[in-house]
Amino acid sequence: MPGDGIQKNVMPDKPRLSREQIAQRAAQELTDGAYVNLGWGIPNLMGEYLPKGITVYFHSENGILGMGRRARPGEEDFDQVDAMKVPVTLIPGASFFHQADAHLMTRGGHLDVAVLGGFQVSEKGDLANWKIPGAKGSGGIGGAMDIAAGAKTLIVCMEHTTKDGAPKIVKQCTYPLTGLACVDTIVTDVAVIDVNPEGLVLREVAPGWTAEEVQNVTGAPLIAKERIPDMTLG
Amino acid sequence: MKQKVFASLDEAVSGIPDGARIMFGGFGGAGFPNNLIQALARKGTKNITAISNNCGTREGELGLMFKNNQIKHVIASFPGPHANHFQDRYAAREVTLELVPQGILCERMRAAAAGLTGFYTTVGVGTEVAEGKEERMIGGKRSILEMPIHADYAFIKAQKADELGNLTYRLAARNFNPIMAMAAKMTIVEAEEIVPVGSIDPENVITPAIFVHRIVQAKGLRYAG
Repeated sequence: MPGDGIQKNVMPDKPRLSREQIAQRAAQELTDGAYVNLGWGIPNLMGEYLPKGITVYFHSENGILGMGRRARPGEEDFDQVDAMKVPVTLIPGASFFHQADAHLMTRGGHLDVAVLGGFQVSEKGDLANWKIPGAKGSGGIGGAMDIAAGAKTLIVCMEHTTKDGAPKIVKQCTYPLTGLACVDTIVTDVAVIDVNPEGLVLREVAPGWTAEEVQNVTGAPLIAKERIPDMTLG
Repeated sequence: MKQKVFASLDEAVSGIPDGARIMFGGFGGAGFPNNLIQALARKGTKNITAISNNCGTREGELGLMFKNNQIKHVIASFPGPHANHFQDRYAAREVTLELVPQGILCERMRAAAAGLTGFYTTVGVGTEVAEGKEERMIGGKRSILEMPIHADYAFIKAQKADELGNLTYRLAARNFNPIMAMAAKMTIVEAEEIVPVGSIDPENVITPAIFVHRIVQAKGLRYAG
């Protein structure tokens, strides 16, 4: 079970960011000209929320660099799909290549930023994101382990707690691991947290939240300076 | 010139024995050799070890062969949300699965193609994927040993083939196809179009003919997600 051994906390009755807002906040971490891979789930929403005036070259593990927006009805080409099977457009400067080269880019440290969804992140930056213990079926890894091992900067976007209120940021992951000490930054519906050598550093909190309230729904200690700024959506 | 062009799909898959190890190209609905898969389903080859990124989309792609119980073992990275025929066989223990990280799946096939006997990687260290694998420190990094994946056959979907076997692919339908084409002992290609030798600009060849053994013309089939 998620958060085994960790006392479930009463959730503060405060508004949290929506999935779209998490994506919107995470998109602000991207810089002009960056090569970026977006994973399934919340990360896949980020393309809609790029900061104005910047160009980002989105990478897909099936062999595309320079994906643009999703194709509109009538312009879909089903040989030009992203990793979620959705037909996409290209931006000027795009290229195609085979799957081995696509993952050479993920593993070899060629991408500037990768963003993945998460089930659990540990205080050391270990990530679990591919299998829920006890879930039916085979599970599937896809490209997540290659991406986790090789990304220059790995951002995880996820809700801060499970539906039952158990922390997803924990001392040690209890779910099957995707990679060890690979996460750099966590963007959730209540906070932005950096995984630093000294521990988890609270960078921002959702509007209306205090550092203490974020700590109460987190399963590992957070390092918090005196004044923590609010998350802004740009 | 050795004759590589076959007149029919059924002839193109002739001689594939029970127990064969077969790679299947395709990702995200694009670049799947669905006509060859259906020919192999008609042929009824059994006890196949399949190497493929995923395990079918309902009855499409590899789904048909799981439905027919033709596959006994599969090496895949992401069986997929619509691989219901695979999941049923897997739950019934009629098929076994080796899950491999997607890029490592590529590299293990490429190692086979390149005559390498294995390689070390940091991918999967400390996870279920590392279980039973040799681990050592290389350059200060925990690394595990990965072995090549060989195959008897590769089923490939190309856009254009010349009669010698030079191939091009369309957009992101390329995906796993060029890697698998290099890794198998016999590569069988379904192409949208077969053209005379010399009519593909050598600069535009993606898979050189040396890797290709059988070619058959077929209009591509696609299965919606």
